[in-house]
Amino acid sequence: MSKPLMEARHLEYAYPGGARAIRGVSLSVEPASLMAVIGSNGSGKSTLIRLLAGLLRPSAGSVLLDGIPLAAWQPRLRAREIAYVPQATMTVFPFRAIDVVLSGRTPHAPRFGFESDRDRAIAVESLEAAGAAHLAERSVTALSGGEKQMVILARALAQQPRVLLLDEPAAALDLKHRAELMRTLARLRDTRRLSVVMITHDLQFTGSLFDRILALRCGELAAQGRPEEILQSSLLAEIYDDPKVRTERIGDQTVVWVDK
Amino acid sequence: MTAKLIRAMAILTLVLAASTAVALVAGRQKIDFSSLLSDPFSRTLFFRLRLPRVLMGLTIGASLAVTGASLQALFRNPLADPYTLGISGGGALGASVAIALGWSMRVAGVPFVFLASFLGAVLAASLVRAIARTGAVILPGALLLSGVVVNLVTLAAVLTIQCVADPNSSLQILRWMIGSLDVIGVSPVGRMLILLAPTWLALLALSRQLNLLAIDEDTAATLGVNVGRCETAVHTLCSLAVGVTVAMGGAIGFVGLIVPHAVRLMFGEDLRIVLPGSLLLGAAFLVLADALARTALPSGELPVGAITGLLGGPAFLWLLRRRRQYAAM
Repeated sequence: MSKPLMEARHLEYAYPGGARAIRGVSLSVEPASLMAVIGSNGSGKSTLIRLLAGLLRPSAGSVLLDGIPLAAWQPRLRAREIAYVPQATMTVFPFRAIDVVLSGRTPHAPRFGFESDRDRAIAVESLEAAGAAHLAERSVTALSGGEKQMVILARALAQQPRVLLLDEPAAALDLKHRAELMRTLARLRDTRRLSVVMITHDLQFTGSLFDRILALRCGELAAQGRPEEILQSSLLAEIYDDPKVRTERIGDQTVVWVDK
Repeated sequence: MTAKLIRAMAILTLVLAASTAVALVAGRQKIDFSSLLSDPFSRTLFFRLRLPRVLMGLTIGASLAVTGASLQALFRNPLADPYTLGISGGGALGASVAIALGWSMRVAGVPFVFLASFLGAVLAASLVRAIARTGAVILPGALLLSGVVVNLVTLAAVLTIQCVADPNSSLQILRWMIGSLDVIGVSPVGRMLILLAPTWLALLALSRQLNLLAIDEDTAATLGVNVGRCETAVHTLCSLAVGVTVAMGGAIGFVGLIVPHAVRLMFGEDLRIVLPGSLLLGAAFLVLADALARTALPSGELPVGAITGLLGGPAFLWLLRRRRQYAAM
């Protein structure tokens, strides 16, 4: 097994004045891997991703990148390694999509001064990879939720990170774009050794395409393993607290559904 | 991008130069520029009154516009400006307290009124931000509402102070409640510049961070922006700039709102162009407004705040109607 790129050790997190949202979660992200985070609503998935992104500071435990605690990384250098795509972004000003994507080059560009032609080329490439090249000149405030999500994904790709953290990126995407997203991620894993940690509810459609699945239940790690280990009726029934969850393996895919 | 910045700066510098020229010439008293150096009357009029007033207008206009642009980006709210966020009101209250109590001393060369105004601005800004922030989110509606209410309350407090203060202070307070650029000699402008020029530079240095914040706060943080530190810096710088301008020129509204929008319409959304652009266009806008204020009436002059309000308000409402693409306000 290769050295983990990113590691979380005994993570704890409680929102101010709230209950503990993450309890004793440990995980490791291997280089060039696709990891899904699953769990019912409110199980702490987004909190976990935000902890990994360094947006929240754990109340106990630590997140390590290359063996170094996230807090010890210079923000600019960290931004070259980790990119994050939130569930939704609320951009108020009518920025052009290409400019939003270009801003993903910030950690690589000189501190003062504009992005280079190379940065621009990478931004265009990233838009293409996200399947959003046709949106380049549109203003982001005029885009639909799914289109905006593709632009924000392109921006994260333009960061050329080693770890890409995605908070339910597929929620606003149609079937075609969900498939495209998974293909893009798999390609980047294979060509650029990108590691992806992605929250998804899309077990039926994409579950089997991941290298690893991590299941959260009430802020605790309920299970983690290969898709065929996790995507089993009894385990999913427990994770989602619903006895009627069913699975069936067809070839190398697992089909998930809920009984009437 | 660099070419775009240079083009924008060149155009706006021309606009600024033309506006300044118009403002220097405009006035009820004609100045004979051919005998400027030989005629003592023209010389006094120009160097003691006209020029300082125009310089004051340039300084205040630039400051208000650049703070407006910064605050809009920081709060991701196109309606944010020193006026709508209560910062001007806080500054006015701080300054009027200092004037009413007769604190005309200086602290390390800085007039105490400046400091009082700055403190008032900081307090008002922090209060508004604290009310609008729920957890990690700043609610845009709450931000503007609390800003407007803080402005109303500070205005009421200033009026109260004005009523109980001695007549001399009372007149002084009334003067900048209206907002005026009246100034004698260039040295007050110099004193302002010592404080304002560094805040402009500091805000310009933050333009990249502000650009990322204007797009989205969370992703700005993952792109390497220290959001907390940036917020505190912008807040403090804007309070300082607004405090000083309010102490000198009164609460002049709408410059910080209208100018950045005009720059955006002309040159796009990138804050690295909008901030320096606002600095130039804000200066041009205010000296033109003041030239109009000085010459619009057959006798006497209008307060410049009335002109910016009358021009800026409708223009802003028009913008608001035209630009429905603003997602949330």
